[in-house]
Amino acid sequence: MFALELRGLCKTYANGHIALRGVELTVEKGDFFALLGPNGAGKSTAIGIISSLVNKTSGSVRVHGIDIDDDFPRAKTVLGVVPQEINFSQFETPLEIVANQAGYFGIPPGEAHERAEEKLNTAKLWDKRSQPSRNLSGGMKRRLMIARALVHDPKLLILDEPTAGVDIEIRRSMWRFFETLNADGTTIILTTHYLEEAENLCRNIAIIDNGEIVEHTSMKDLLEQLHAEVFRLDYDGDASALPAQLPVEVLSDHTMEVRLAAGRSLNEIFASLSSHQVIVKSMRNKSNRLEEIFVRMVSNDES
Amino acid sequence: MTSPKSQPRTNFVAFKTVLRKEVQRFMRIWLQTLLPPAITMALYFVIFGNLIGSRIGTMQGYSYIQYIAPGIIMMSIITNAYQNVVSSFFGAKFQRHIEEILVSPVPLYYVLLGYVVGGMCRGIIVGVIVTCVALSFTDLKIHSYPITFAVVVITAALFATAGMINAIFARKFDDISIVPTFVLTPLTYLGGVFYSIDLLPEFWRSLSLINPILYMVNGFRFGMLGVSDIPILYAFVVAVGFCIVLGTLALILLYRGIGIRT
Repeated sequence: MFALELRGLCKTYANGHIALRGVELTVEKGDFFALLGPNGAGKSTAIGIISSLVNKTSGSVRVHGIDIDDDFPRAKTVLGVVPQEINFSQFETPLEIVANQAGYFGIPPGEAHERAEEKLNTAKLWDKRSQPSRNLSGGMKRRLMIARALVHDPKLLILDEPTAGVDIEIRRSMWRFFETLNADGTTIILTTHYLEEAENLCRNIAIIDNGEIVEHTSMKDLLEQLHAEVFRLDYDGDASALPAQLPVEVLSDHTMEVRLAAGRSLNEIFASLSSHQVIVKSMRNKSNRLEEIFVRMVSNDES
Repeated sequence: MTSPKSQPRTNFVAFKTVLRKEVQRFMRIWLQTLLPPAITMALYFVIFGNLIGSRIGTMQGYSYIQYIAPGIIMMSIITNAYQNVVSSFFGAKFQRHIEEILVSPVPLYYVLLGYVVGGMCRGIIVGVIVTCVALSFTDLKIHSYPITFAVVVITAALFATAGMINAIFARKFDDISIVPTFVLTPLTYLGGVFYSIDLLPEFWRSLSLINPILYMVNGFRFGMLGVSDIPILYAFVVAVGFCIVLGTLALILLYRGIGIRT
């Protein structure tokens, strides 16, 4: 049984726009799964259908084996969703928001309050529990939505760009939190435009474009599809005498790029540079590896 | 967590949560929700009851201020029950926190019930406040407690449900003020709040009979004073009939996702 199973999922909006064209997707229980795609690719529509905010046109959705057409209320009990946009009342306090959400899931007031306290503490928002939520910072609002989504202890958590607009320190602490949740058994589906985030956190990945899944594989297999990586080196020395067959492009007196084909070792490059008295002082990837594949896939599809 | 289908108690907890949130909302902003009707209705009693009413004389055996008191109380119940649900539900749609409820397993008929009972609570609380205001201007007796109570509950439920339907269709703030301004207020003023339809020419009297608010105002007036322009049974039939029709319509709209799902 999968944590999530989409079969032939289609969505055509009333204005005729086709958002999903027969999406086939499975996510294993316990997985940390990335669902990536450019803006307008269909990610949020798919999430909307899974969480009952969007009516599907055809196809099926099963959450932990429960078909939403058979028993959507039961499917919702195992599902938590953190949406892309802020969607809580700006006039309520964090404590009210999280405790009310527990109430909607049938958790009685006493237990709802305890759970709200626990989740707000985890989200480091307990000291803000009585402030109007409109006064919270952007990062706090996102953490509040995460606390709210977790109040009924869902088995499947869908995070729709949870770290958008959050500073790097909070983002990294959120990553650690997500990893802990996943280690404790919660299946997580993440959509994000920060591809570094997906590469660091997720084990499996699907790329959706124009309403179709164009790739569905493990992160490891996907990254191995890269035929070459480009590194940028800071160096000292004279690079003008480097042999032409060396795959380097000198950008300035102190910077060069090395294009390393799959299967070749950096040691060969370094040995050659060293023999020409070029000293490498530092090195970094020119671009994120996943980003490179993502852009290639999406732009291929567009052409 | 077990299936909500097999757990009516969890659904009841969800209903109570929706209701508590609704009551907390209008209590938190009591300056906007509870105080204005008290002031407005006090002005009605001063101007129409004391100043003008003293020159009108009696109507169906009661002083004018006593005659209009039930109508004014009912008008405040109708307006506030409607206003509470239309503004709260549209606000939830506008700020998108209706999604909190939609992603949860609470059945939509409990959501409707929570919002409607919330609107009824505001309508009835305002009704009690306006009654207290009325008592400071004139003596009021209750002819029949059961009829008075039943008319209040059914009318509040009816207009809270109507407010829900308005909110479901509303896409912008204009849409939640058009119906109260251009439909509800004229119907209320022409619904026998300030006069008996027996005073009207035959054509206008007959036309008034298609105004549903007339039946509720007169039903309530019968409960309080024991006088009415229409048989009390008709008032109940019309009020309950509208309740069933609007309640069914609201449920159909919610389950079809009109205005709340894409």
